[in-house]
Amino acid sequence: MFAATAIALLVAMVLALVRLYAGPSLYDRVLAANSFGTKTVLLIAVMGFLTGRPDFLDIALLYALLNFIGTIAVLKFFRYRSLGDAVEEKAASRNKEASQ
Amino acid sequence: MIALLVEAASWTFLLLGAFLVLVGALGLVRMPDFYTRLHPAGITDSLGADFILTGLVLQAGFSLVTVKLFLIGAFLFFTSPTSTHAIANAALVAGLKPRHAVVPPRPPEKATQDEEAR
Amino acid sequence: MESVINMALLVFLAGTAFAILRRTTLFSVVMLSGVFSLVSAALLVHLDAVDVAFTEAAVGAGVSTVLMLSTLALTARHEAPGTRSRAIPLIVVFLTGLALVYGTLDMPRFGDPSAPVHQHVAPRYISATAHEIGMPNIVTAVLASYRGFDTLGEVTVIFTAGIAVLLLLAGTIREPTTATKITAMEHHLVLRVVTKVLIGPILLFALYVQFHGDYGPGGGFQAGVIFAAAFIIYALVFGLETAGNALPGRAVRILLALGVLIYSGTGVVSFFFNKNFLDYSVLGATAQAGQHIGIILVEFGVGMTVAAVMVSTFYAFAGQNPPIGDEEW
Repeated sequence: MFAATAIALLVAMVLALVRLYAGPSLYDRVLAANSFGTKTVLLIAVMGFLTGRPDFLDIALLYALLNFIGTIAVLKFFRYRSLGDAVEEKAASRNKEASQ
Repeated sequence: MIALLVEAASWTFLLLGAFLVLVGALGLVRMPDFYTRLHPAGITDSLGADFILTGLVLQAGFSLVTVKLFLIGAFLFFTSPTSTHAIANAALVAGLKPRHAVVPPRPPEKATQDEEAR
Repeated sequence: MESVINMALLVFLAGTAFAILRRTTLFSVVMLSGVFSLVSAALLVHLDAVDVAFTEAAVGAGVSTVLMLSTLALTARHEAPGTRSRAIPLIVVFLTGLALVYGTLDMPRFGDPSAPVHQHVAPRYISATAHEIGMPNIVTAVLASYRGFDTLGEVTVIFTAGIAVLLLLAGTIREPTTATKITAMEHHLVLRVVTKVLIGPILLFALYVQFHGDYGPGGGFQAGVIFAAAFIIYALVFGLETAGNALPGRAVRILLALGVLIYSGTGVVSFFFNKNFLDYSVLGATAQAGQHIGIILVEFGVGMTVAAVMVSTFYAFAGQNPPIGDEEW
């Protein structure tokens, strides 16, 4: 039964990879990468039970804690950088507008 | 008897979780645009993950492993929706439009700003 | 079943690698390399190399995406198309690959118990660790004690790399001026709250990894990266200046050197007891207790240097981007 779960996770990972490669927008890729991360956490957890040694959950725990850092970096990157070479006050006014 | 029940419950949770993860991944591929794809991704992250982890907890009995599984579940519960929120926010701010949405006409100056942002 | 997982993960790995080659948009390359790191971590777990998997996970999940993105912010968003002929590189790569494949023919089979590596050193470590050092995680014993000198070299390499990054970038670090100062992500209430909630557990987990390395997977390298990740996310969400108040760049640079100093200092202490460099057995009442103390000190030094290198690299990259309205990017 662990095997069935593991296979389901592997298939899901393939599908996430398809979306990651196909895009089309950058955000689709981020979403797919993020989803792939969650599936890896689950796969590592299930794999520990499958091999009968569920002691290595620390790695899954680490991913669960840290996986969102990359996403937040991406958010910042696009929020403040994809404005391209926009001048400063435009970025500032955009910021203000969003905070209202 | 109790052991059998726990076993059955554990398998049920694991299979349900596996099913939801699979459905979520399928939706990630099949849905038409970015904003609709957020929904299946959310299924995987929240309910699918929690079901699988619950199934594993029932298998592990009461030990350090259980505590770690609970922590994984708790942290995923916080971080996954946060990152989904962050991505959606980034896409919205950058001006990505829903594909099939009925977008109400917007003031022209705002529209041009969005155009530049992209 | 295990071989199915193994094969599937290897196929993912190869597929991701080819996808990285095919894409020219650097941003999707960053995302794909994140996935590459996830898959390799899962593969390493599957191969029972848990400590290595842990390092891969800590670096891949925590800091590599952030550092690559902050590099991306300084460069172009697309890979420059190659102008030279592709024939010669292809031939060279093909021949090298052929030579490597030919070389593997002489190697022992994967997991072969009669392979040379399983004949001499490994059995010695496995049999002697229990009574010489007395800790369950043999990897930590090998890393910090038997091969302590190698690890000192590794830490020095990381230290040197950190210094090099600082030397390259420090001259151009942009001081945030009042005109460009916008408090970072003020309006992202969700992110601010979640980050605040999570920084505590992340730091606690880093401490657990740091001091639990004798018993389970983990140790200074992994803990250092996790520590750094906590500070990096703080800087991302609350702004570089706030993070600088919590952990000033000057302090980070001192810690950077202090870690290596603690490591080598621990080694030097044994000179005073007529022992070899990095022979910890003199540090405690018994040889085993001494080994324990030595390993904890050494791992502490490793963690300090690694964390400081990561944080100062991030500070250097983040503080130096072209002015675009926010001090981070």
